[in-house]
Amino acid sequence: MKKLINAVDQVENQMISGMVKAYPHYLTKLNCGNVVVRTEKKSGKVALISGGGSGHEPAHGGYVGTGMLDAAVAGAVFTSPTPDQIYEGIKEIATDKGVLMVIKNYTGDVMNFEMAREMAEMEGIKVEQVIVNDDVAVDNSLYTVGRRGVAGTVFVHKIAGALAETGADLEEVKEVAEDVIANVRSMGMAIRPCTVPAAGVPGFELKDDEMEVGIGIHGEPGTHRETLKTADEITDMLLDKILADLDYSGAETAVMINGAGATPLMELFIINNRVADVLAEKGIKVYKTFVGEYMTSLEMEGFSISILRLNDRLKELLDAPADTPAFKA
Amino acid sequence: MDAKKITEILHALSSKIDKEKEFLTELDNVIGDGDHGINMARGFKAVDAKIDTLETEDIGEILRTAGMTLVSTVGGASGPLYGTAFMKAGMTMSKKTQISLSDFLACLNAAVEGVKMRGKSVQGEKTMLDAMIPALEAMNKAIEQGLTSADVLKCGTEAARQGVEYTKTIIATKGRASYLGERSIGHQDPGATSFTNMLEAVYDYITA
Repeated sequence: MKKLINAVDQVENQMISGMVKAYPHYLTKLNCGNVVVRTEKKSGKVALISGGGSGHEPAHGGYVGTGMLDAAVAGAVFTSPTPDQIYEGIKEIATDKGVLMVIKNYTGDVMNFEMAREMAEMEGIKVEQVIVNDDVAVDNSLYTVGRRGVAGTVFVHKIAGALAETGADLEEVKEVAEDVIANVRSMGMAIRPCTVPAAGVPGFELKDDEMEVGIGIHGEPGTHRETLKTADEITDMLLDKILADLDYSGAETAVMINGAGATPLMELFIINNRVADVLAEKGIKVYKTFVGEYMTSLEMEGFSISILRLNDRLKELLDAPADTPAFKA
Repeated sequence: MDAKKITEILHALSSKIDKEKEFLTELDNVIGDGDHGINMARGFKAVDAKIDTLETEDIGEILRTAGMTLVSTVGGASGPLYGTAFMKAGMTMSKKTQISLSDFLACLNAAVEGVKMRGKSVQGEKTMLDAMIPALEAMNKAIEQGLTSADVLKCGTEAARQGVEYTKTIIATKGRASYLGERSIGHQDPGATSFTNMLEAVYDYITA
């Protein structure tokens, strides 16, 4: 394992500290583990909290700021944060308008956030939650715990955060977050795995001519493995799955081409070149495109495509001002 | 068996998990995200430190403390699940300073119910329950037959090991392994394995 780290057990802590030192006017770290909150706490609005394992930077700390999150909780690399950490975050940001938890649909995340919610509710804090499940690689059947939450989560942070900033009620903010979840679909793939520092070995191995399709964001294996194809062929394959899952016809969309951590921007633009052409061909309008690293998986080489079907309200909230370390509008 | 022995057993669980850490992580690498051993070892190391600072004869308090420590240090899915298991077990032992074999089975029963509740899961979904439930059933049966503590524990560990074998034959429908669908067949469940490790540690302790 070759990594720019000091000690395996200091990775998360030093990462968060470094992020806070880079953006002190946005982020403040709590003294109870790796929890960051907005430096300028805003009252009179629904407070948003999200989080997950570390290793997804800039998610989630990078989205703390005006018009997005009020707190982000970071667990160990690819491991959900613990309930007491999440609870401390909730307590710190809670307003009388309540708190919305944005959870990605992974068993551990859901359980830890729900335990934190139980703790907060015992203290009289009003808490609601939404569970993001945008990954179309996994069939949403009785036989899984449902689809995973991946990069589409950033759209939930952006849009629900924008509505919360206007002083809307908890129920309204939850409703718009659910509207985003209902309208966003994602799928990803990788050509090279990543190594969790504490594990020291890659999550899976790929031969030079192989790729892993339908990958999540935790370095875990995807749904299947096949021979590497061209960028256009791979893009078509992911798009087919996404477009078959939701009727985008005639709709305006927001597109996110998300790098997994070690994918050159050059390649992400090559992907977007194809995505834009295919969508144009199908009469699906692209209102806004985001290309870059939004929800990474350490040094994994790969990408995901997320497509959000917009309506007037979602469009307006997507355009609303946001000022965070990793996302500005 | 008193509080001091329970503390010793918890230390024994911790060193067993530490010994199996790499194997558990390897298992998790195949069908999960490769951190089960690392996370469990981190949690039990914290349990080691915490229970030594407790000055109590109350076995319930010791188990609850172990559970709360696991919840706040393990993370992932294992933290809430094992944490809940120990906390629920602790509740059945509240204010008790001695634990019998049937108390132990009551603890395990409460732990199973806790894991089912927290994980919204049942037997046959390729989870730790596939080792826990057969172990509990085997030990209940063994105790009815009037076997010694050691033999009851032996029946339990054997049933748990068979449960682990059984997890190789089924598709995961809960947890991260469920995303692999049929690709999860052939691999044993890391959670069922770590539970079996713990039961083995208890058996080794009482037969040592």
